[in-house]
Amino acid sequence: MRTNFIFSEVWIGLRRNLTMTIAVIVTAAIGMALFGTGLLIRNQVSNMKGYWADKISISIYLCKKNDAMPRCKGRGAASEQERNDLKAALEKMPQVEEVKHETSDQAYALFKEQFKNSPTFVEMTKPEDLPESFRVKLRDQKDFKAVQEVAAGRPGVSSVQNQEDVLNTFFELLGKLQGSAIAIAIIQGLAAILLIGNTMRLAAYNRRRETGIMRLVGASNLYIQMPFLLEGVLAGLAGGLIAAVMLVIAKITVFDQLQNYFAFAVRLSWGAVAWNAVLAIVLGVLICAVASFVTLRRYLRV
Amino acid sequence: MIHFDNVTKVYANQNRPALDHVSVDVDKGEFVFLVGPSGSGKSTFLRLILKEERPNNGQIHVAGKDLARLSNWKIPHLRRRIGCVFQDFRLLPNKNVYENVAFALEVIGKPNRFIRKVVPEVVELVGLEGKAHRMPDELSGGEQQRVAMARAFVNRPMILLADEPTGNIDPATSIGIMKVLDRINRTGTTVVMATHDAAIVDSMRKRVVELEDGKIVRDQSRGVYGQAY
Repeated sequence: MRTNFIFSEVWIGLRRNLTMTIAVIVTAAIGMALFGTGLLIRNQVSNMKGYWADKISISIYLCKKNDAMPRCKGRGAASEQERNDLKAALEKMPQVEEVKHETSDQAYALFKEQFKNSPTFVEMTKPEDLPESFRVKLRDQKDFKAVQEVAAGRPGVSSVQNQEDVLNTFFELLGKLQGSAIAIAIIQGLAAILLIGNTMRLAAYNRRRETGIMRLVGASNLYIQMPFLLEGVLAGLAGGLIAAVMLVIAKITVFDQLQNYFAFAVRLSWGAVAWNAVLAIVLGVLICAVASFVTLRRYLRV
Repeated sequence: MIHFDNVTKVYANQNRPALDHVSVDVDKGEFVFLVGPSGSGKSTFLRLILKEERPNNGQIHVAGKDLARLSNWKIPHLRRRIGCVFQDFRLLPNKNVYENVAFALEVIGKPNRFIRKVVPEVVELVGLEGKAHRMPDELSGGEQQRVAMARAFVNRPMILLADEPTGNIDPATSIGIMKVLDRINRTGTTVVMATHDAAIVDSMRKRVVELEDGKIVRDQSRGVYGQAY
């Protein structure tokens, strides 16, 4: 095998088909970048889910004075008796692991901490605006319904909130983003395949003299097809590398910004980015190689 | 060397066979003219030898190999033992004489050392010494055909097939082309040449096989082009 000869043929082929090659590279790069982004979103979601899995709890808010919530209208704040009854009832339930009482003052302290970046918002809020609540931690988050049944109807209870519901809305949004990224990636992948098909047809036509002579003097199929195949592989590799760079940029500019909205560590690790980048490169090369090989069999009679 | 046994070839979408029960033997080192009008089956005969086409019937042996039993991936190895020359030269316009000849060896993976040694010898054999670095468009038709012959012969094939090699060349230059073919034949290479050129066939006095409508109508040693039979 004369590697020099094959690589000089590849170089000539790439230069001759420069515009088509660029089109293939760009399409493959966008496709692979979106594919990688989809995977990164999945990693990000599982990072967050993992963090919350053992922290998710149920909040049972109690009525406060002059409460505007429909359940509390026309009555005063929850009484001592009501509060103790509720606590006892919750603690009796086998599904409940822990019940914590949070007073208005405690809630306010937490609120001040969470919104310390918006002082005006904090100024507008007084401790008595925040209701006291019970934080219930379950052994299994699926048993939320049972707690709701026990707590919701009781006097003095204004509302029962499952924090998982709030999170799920957020995760659903991320899931949709991931789905669309993957969908566009698939479309781009198909476009790349069609473009490669076209490029190979042009390349085979451009080099029909050479391939005709190669056939005639008894060059093996491998020798005849290798330059074309390598053209496709190189284009795929270039596209994959660009996609990898885009993934790194996406991590720095988008995913790392998510951290600002969370009090705990949800940052994507560089390991995850590297893994997805490698996956994008390999997939790009693979798609281009297979597409080249299949179209060559059509346009390069051996 | 070449053995056709009752070979029939019908192309798809055609009723009349291109070759019709053709049986012929060409021995090692022979020089054979294949004559006959256009469409008489000369080119089909040559294409069958290269296994570019498959016969519908009959058996073909080339260089001791039964072509019907030759698997596809071995076809390149068959073709390495057969050189080909065409009416339209088929040179690569962006390569010079030396590179055109060397290309035939490069693509079958011969080492550079070997190529550097063999190519100048063959360029000299076809009478192009001193012109190795000319581009094809700087050469006359006759010289271009010499390059094509050098390329066909550089791997020392056992058989050389020539499909109307003088078809695009004036009679005076054709004589030089035939001298090169004769020189190649004298090295022991079997030569099969399809041609329309009566003057050349008459002057060479070699074996003549005449085809008409896909049938062999004459097979004569030391024949001439238009002899009645």
